[in-house]
Amino acid sequence: MQKQSFFFTILIAAIVVASSCKKNVSDRTANIAALAPDNLDLNAGTWKTVLLSRPDTFAVAAPAATNSTAYIADLNEIKGYQKNLSPDNRDKIKYWAAGGVLRWNEILRGLVAKYNLPPVQNADGTYPIPSSANPFAYPLFPFANPPYAARAYAYVSAAQYDALVACWYYKTKYNRPAPYKIDSTVYATGINKTDLPSYPSEAAVLAGVTAEMMKLLFPDEIANIQQLAQEEELAAIQSGAAARSDITAGEALGRQIAQQFIARGRTDNASKAVGTPADWTNFQNVAMSLGQIPWYSLEVPQRPPMLPLFGKVKPFLFDSATVVSLRPGPPPSTNSDTIKKDAQDVYGVIKNPSTENLKIVQFWADGVGTFTPPGHWNSIAAEDFIKQNYSEVRWSRNMALLNMTLMDAGIVCWDIKYFYFNPRPTQIMSEIKTLTGIPNFPSYVSGHSVFSSSAATILSHILPANAGKYQAMAQEAARSRYIGGIHYQVDCEVGLTVGTNVGGYAVQRAMSDGAE
Amino acid sequence: MIETCIKNILTVMKLLPVKIKYTLLIFQLCLISVSSVFAQTDNDAIMMNKSQWCSGAVYMHSQWTNYWEGTLKRNNLNMGTVTTQSVMLMSNYGITDKLNIMAGVPYVWTHASAGTLHGLSGFQDASLFIKWEPVTVSLGNGKFSVFAVGGFSTPASNYDRSFLPMSIGLGTTNLMGRLIAYYKKGIFFMRASGTYIWRSNTSIDQSSYYTTEMHNTNEVEMPDMMTFNGSVGIYKKFLIAEVMVDKMTTLGGFDIRRNDMPFVSNRMNSTSVGAHVKYTLPFDTHLAAVAGADYVIHGRNVGQATTLSIGAFYAFYTSQKEKNRHQSTKAN
Repeated sequence: MQKQSFFFTILIAAIVVASSCKKNVSDRTANIAALAPDNLDLNAGTWKTVLLSRPDTFAVAAPAATNSTAYIADLNEIKGYQKNLSPDNRDKIKYWAAGGVLRWNEILRGLVAKYNLPPVQNADGTYPIPSSANPFAYPLFPFANPPYAARAYAYVSAAQYDALVACWYYKTKYNRPAPYKIDSTVYATGINKTDLPSYPSEAAVLAGVTAEMMKLLFPDEIANIQQLAQEEELAAIQSGAAARSDITAGEALGRQIAQQFIARGRTDNASKAVGTPADWTNFQNVAMSLGQIPWYSLEVPQRPPMLPLFGKVKPFLFDSATVVSLRPGPPPSTNSDTIKKDAQDVYGVIKNPSTENLKIVQFWADGVGTFTPPGHWNSIAAEDFIKQNYSEVRWSRNMALLNMTLMDAGIVCWDIKYFYFNPRPTQIMSEIKTLTGIPNFPSYVSGHSVFSSSAATILSHILPANAGKYQAMAQEAARSRYIGGIHYQVDCEVGLTVGTNVGGYAVQRAMSDGAE
Repeated sequence: MIETCIKNILTVMKLLPVKIKYTLLIFQLCLISVSSVFAQTDNDAIMMNKSQWCSGAVYMHSQWTNYWEGTLKRNNLNMGTVTTQSVMLMSNYGITDKLNIMAGVPYVWTHASAGTLHGLSGFQDASLFIKWEPVTVSLGNGKFSVFAVGGFSTPASNYDRSFLPMSIGLGTTNLMGRLIAYYKKGIFFMRASGTYIWRSNTSIDQSSYYTTEMHNTNEVEMPDMMTFNGSVGIYKKFLIAEVMVDKMTTLGGFDIRRNDMPFVSNRMNSTSVGAHVKYTLPFDTHLAAVAGADYVIHGRNVGQATTLSIGAFYAFYTSQKEKNRHQSTKAN
């Protein structure tokens, strides 16, 4: 009986201990410190913009003097908030103080994951297509698949960058110090004091430009994004970083600059990338006319190919003629012994997958319901940038370089995929089962490989100390598609080369944008 | 005595599979059923006697074609029918007549009949249970007993949790507490039990994931679970048979989104019914066979599984006293 009581006591104790353990999972970026730039980048108003012809294309009126009644009212507003900051206010300040570019990038990754769901087929076996004209009806608009996501990241990042260049231009032009510099009873709360002028507010510029871009990219989310934008602005005021007039001017500037990017987005051919049934058939006919077995969808029922005309979207870093020039030579003929051998190789690695291979495949899969491979590289970059103590404008410059690279990599890759319309290994050899879903587009070249090596190339330029790491990650991401049964080895090898070439254009831009 | 052994093991299994349940539940109700099988066969009012030991193996085959995406029942032509099979090895030992300890580990493999997804296989979660019978009283003309069972399980291999529904488990370490009330009168018995399962968080291979929001971590918060089980049956010398209902509830988690893949922390609920039998060979009471069939009648974020199981157990009588008892049983 004593023995029994002993065991039972142990059991109860174990359960009590276990139950008291906190199960909360903490996010890697939940508790990072407030931005503390090593360099304020006060010359950023001269950096090369993406779309703006000049940093002062959109005028920002001179701010009121710091001894004006209007500005004193602004200060009183801050003081009023700071007398009664709630824990929730302080949490929001802490969240946004880590960096607006970082936080908006994280928010965007979440939206991509939320919307990265392929529509369910109709009863007749056809598939509905999301419509931007009716975004709340199923299937929700957008289907944020990898090309769509790459473009969304690029537009938001590039617009944020241009907006912050303009913001910095006016900051140094008007040189109005932050409220905590002007009035000793306004406290820098949850943020680091800097000598960065506060008019117009960089937080509000980011809030305005991002909220405006979301109208194009994630129309179902406008209300939620608007709320986040207001939170960011309120946090800036309550922290003592910005006065109401800094915010008002900043938000208006951001929203105006976004219009240039929205106008470009409406005419960049992305809206036509879905193609028509005639387009889909034409790809097959072209492949067959060249004596090749055309790709077909391995989904049941067969799904139209993913954004087959995405290769025609207008790139950021080069023109459409360059897209064509970046095409590699053809893959092994579908009638050749080579492709059969390549498929056999895939079967060889997939037949009895090792635990290690499975982990690599899953780590890089970034499939349905995730932030996609471009999102993965945003995550990698952002977590490295956090350690660099960048200014907001440098943060945005580096994210814009990365994301314009990833979008252009997507364009080039999609052009190649649909130019060759090459079957997946499983289509050639049906015994090949895969360790992740087979993406619904042609095989050659591997999208993961192009995305990853393009990203690794520009990131290696931005952070040379990490170059070895980025190259190794790109190699592993590419290999993950081969050992996952998704791609032939040649798709990955050639894809890595294509991506490196795309990344080279971003490096050229980086070396000449005035930021280095 | 083998009955006792098996019953106990089954009891354990009941717990055990609970763990597994979750694990497999999503789309692999197989192990759930396994548990049920045992629970069924098991007469909780009987413990293995001191120093008795028995071991066995159960094969389980579970498959589903329809599943619940949140609350929406659907099929998926890109998976067809998903089958989970397992072989579970179990052992039960009587520390005292009122305190038993049980252990088990299943080997699991999965397969999808359509589409291209690769099946996975491996050792799932090893488990250890302690079963204690603190209360045995006469009530009316029958006997009423209460059992308390504590369980622990943890992954026996570093299996994948990111590739549901092909993954073989969810990767949590679990602590389970169960109370069983049992009443037997003549050849009839009824049993009711409730279980609370505390689950550790789990980790996945991805560095970030989306549930109802973005998480930048590979750790996943796993809600706890509760199960309730009720059964009625007959208990005869060589045969135990029962029908049961089992209800599993996840105390949190989220629904699979439209046309998304399942995820470890989905809210996995199910109600299943089943019938289980255990038969001890009259000519050699060392040996017993178990079989069961279970069917999910309602669920959420799980497959509508049909599970069949079959197993065999062998009892070892290590003390002279037990051998004598066994002989007397045989003589009967």
